[in-house]
Amino acid sequence: MTYQLICGAEIHVELKTKSKMFCGCKNDPFHAAKPNIYTCPVCLGLPGGLPVPNQQAIENTILLGLALHSDIPTQSHFDRKHYFYPDLPKGYQISQKDEPFCQGGYVETTFGRVRLNHIHLEEDAAKMHHATVDGNKVSLIDYNRSSVALVEIVTEPDIKSPEQAKEFLKNVRDIIRSLGISDCDMEKGSMRLEANISLSPDGKLPNYKVEVKNINSFRYFANALTSEFTRQSAILDEGKTPVQETRGYRSDKSSTISQRTKEDAADYRYFPDPDIPPIEISREWVAQISKRLPELPSSKVDSLISLGISENAAKIIAINQVMMEYIDRVKTLNPKYVQQVAKDLVNKKIDSTKITPNEYIKSLDTKSTSKISDEAVLKPLIEKILADNPRVVADYKNGKQNALGFFIGAVMKATSGQADPNISSAILTNILK
Amino acid sequence: MSDLSKLTLAESRHGLSQKDFSSVELTTACLDSIKHQESTLHAFVTVLEDDAIESAKLADKNLASGAWNLDTHPLAGIPLSLKDNFLTKDQKTTASSKVLDNFYPQYDATVTAKLRAAGAVIIGKNNMDAWAHGSSTETSDFGPTHNPWDPTKLPGGSSGGSAAAVSSNEVICAIGSETAGSIRQPASWCGVIGFKPTYGRVSRYGVVAMEASLDSPGPLAKTVADAALLLGIIAGHDHHDATTPNLPVPNYAKALTKNISGMRIGIPNEYFLSDAQDGINDLVMRSAKQLEKLGVTLVEVSMMDPKYSIADYTIIQRAGVSSNLSRYDGVRYGHDRSYFGEEAKRRIMLGSYALSSGFYDAYYKRAQQVRMLLKRDFDRIFSSVDAILAPTSPSTALPLGATKGQSMFGELSDVLIEGSSLAGLTGVNIPVGLLGGLPVGMQLMANHFAEQTILNLAYAYEQSLSWKENTL
Repeated sequence: MTYQLICGAEIHVELKTKSKMFCGCKNDPFHAAKPNIYTCPVCLGLPGGLPVPNQQAIENTILLGLALHSDIPTQSHFDRKHYFYPDLPKGYQISQKDEPFCQGGYVETTFGRVRLNHIHLEEDAAKMHHATVDGNKVSLIDYNRSSVALVEIVTEPDIKSPEQAKEFLKNVRDIIRSLGISDCDMEKGSMRLEANISLSPDGKLPNYKVEVKNINSFRYFANALTSEFTRQSAILDEGKTPVQETRGYRSDKSSTISQRTKEDAADYRYFPDPDIPPIEISREWVAQISKRLPELPSSKVDSLISLGISENAAKIIAINQVMMEYIDRVKTLNPKYVQQVAKDLVNKKIDSTKITPNEYIKSLDTKSTSKISDEAVLKPLIEKILADNPRVVADYKNGKQNALGFFIGAVMKATSGQADPNISSAILTNILK
Repeated sequence: MSDLSKLTLAESRHGLSQKDFSSVELTTACLDSIKHQESTLHAFVTVLEDDAIESAKLADKNLASGAWNLDTHPLAGIPLSLKDNFLTKDQKTTASSKVLDNFYPQYDATVTAKLRAAGAVIIGKNNMDAWAHGSSTETSDFGPTHNPWDPTKLPGGSSGGSAAAVSSNEVICAIGSETAGSIRQPASWCGVIGFKPTYGRVSRYGVVAMEASLDSPGPLAKTVADAALLLGIIAGHDHHDATTPNLPVPNYAKALTKNISGMRIGIPNEYFLSDAQDGINDLVMRSAKQLEKLGVTLVEVSMMDPKYSIADYTIIQRAGVSSNLSRYDGVRYGHDRSYFGEEAKRRIMLGSYALSSGFYDAYYKRAQQVRMLLKRDFDRIFSSVDAILAPTSPSTALPLGATKGQSMFGELSDVLIEGSSLAGLTGVNIPVGLLGGLPVGMQLMANHFAEQTILNLAYAYEQSLSWKENTL
């Protein structure tokens, strides 16, 4: 039987704010010289510690929402999400459930639009290190990352293929980078991915989903979809329903393994965090944040297409700052070459580090094929020029080869550069023979 | 020299500034008082004798040199105690729970820091119900505190240690915290002034949390003027606590006045319970009449039955407890969760249930909706009166052991307080008489940030008579 892949993504991104989400500690877990140097009573979860939300993190989340076409509500609040884990010092994570900062939204892909459910803001957990110290196996906790601002982008189940997943994830990453709010470094873990995957025989949303975690590259995300497609197809073909569970992606095997089934799924006991008053989001505030929106890849693509550049080329150029600037310069110098330059950039015919837009345009100018190549048009024109310049004709006949250049220049002048130089030259030599 | 420990805060300040005695002498007098009484009272978890004497010496030196004075350091050299849920840097802080029996905090609570900055001598940490879960101080993991008026009786709670220490002159004054009744009720049972500020008026940073939307630190004192002075010192916006609004702090002590004529006080019939202990309602009504003599207009008002606040408070508080105690997960602080006492375990269970998926709407969400109704009821009353007057507790101090098998003991004994706490209001307990040799307390409640209103009413009342002579 054939099935339609149905996938929703959850993307965690650590925000590049100056301080952590709920305290004044420095947010720089990846460059910290030692463990546990950026800590305080709040991010250590000590008794009496209280969270005070980071305005920059909130504004960056709203900025991301605006870039991804989300609705920004007039009020938002933080909730407590409870679970026990050694890297979570309060026994709960401050997150958002009912009133996230961004609702809805979408990201375009060439395979169709991927709608967002919401984007919310939360705090990251500390980092566990399992090590051997003095011969003893120990688990160590580094709180430098504890309470770093983390946004989670949750999509609707709109991803239909591994290819679409890759394109979607790349687009999201490019947008976030262009906003300057995160490095999205998958290796360091400042961008982390989860997939909710199910298969449908009829395109309708099935009554189960499998959550896949531990995915740390776009390729692995696509691989996870492929391997889950194979695994779930086999189960469905037997007339069974795949178990609703959490699975982990194993990059060494390009497959997933079961981690946790629904039976022992956590009840997070969400409730509004009473330590943090609800946040009113005025339209003035949103307007101010929106001023920080740079031109985003998707709108860049649209404006490139409007210049006559092909969609494929536009998509490649829009996410490449160097190409984008090259095209901008060409547009100013001579708009008629924009399409040609775009094509040559994408096909790597231009080494932008070696040739400036101005130089490249000039080379195109000389190569340029003229519109006037009709001998019937050119011949009378050339005859007139020869008749007007008997001395130069004589020079030519006496062996002065550069006299030919004089005539071609005169033909170009007379046609405002529209004459085909090769044909003109052929006519000239023919007459002067 | 007479026993210095019996002095009020105002008298202590006066004596220190006049050089009648030194802070070391005053502090030693309190330490002696503690030594004589602790075997009976057990009002302290920790007595910080050495640290206190050091602080007193520093205060004496700075007062002598003129580096400190009453303006720059309003609590210079004053020995006081803190409930053991206020973090004190490098000084053991247990919240009267064995889970934290070896916890030496890395930082001071904002209130602690403010007291230190004002020159106070922190003499010790007061016993309390473990995690502040209770109204008796009987649930302390380190044993109960006894009532100074009658050691066979409970002091109330959860700030029972603080109330008993002030009442027995072990300290000049103390700081407690109230979630719903934990300052006012022990103040009532121990016969002292207990002041609960508006929620958010005093920072919760560095206070071991019970329920984050209710917890309010406040003073316990021998007089209204002392409470007003302490409140002015500990109140104010704190950038560490997002629930403290950035409002100026009035000089409560300076603004204190006996001129209360023209003020209107609401007397809600529903708060004079028919099953209250005999004599309580009479003594409190007699005190209302006393205020009337001082120029106040008494207005009979009808309010939502306070019984509804019991269930509402129980759900919200238990939910908060289950969340706030999650951090004591066995990874830190040296003890696992088996060190929690019975009461804490019961509250964690009930709170977790109320928040669990499928029950949230029926319990927690519903409770927040009812809380809004309670608040609106108070809003309605405060549109026509300046304050509400009622008994603080339906009974005088109950005997030790009264809480045994009574898992709702606190909620029932604080029935007259919970509504105002849920509404975030300010309130004060004033001792108004004796019944069977035990203190009876009256409470005055006012709207958000109307602390001065009830301080003035309490002050005028206190100055107009000798409450210990008021009996039936």
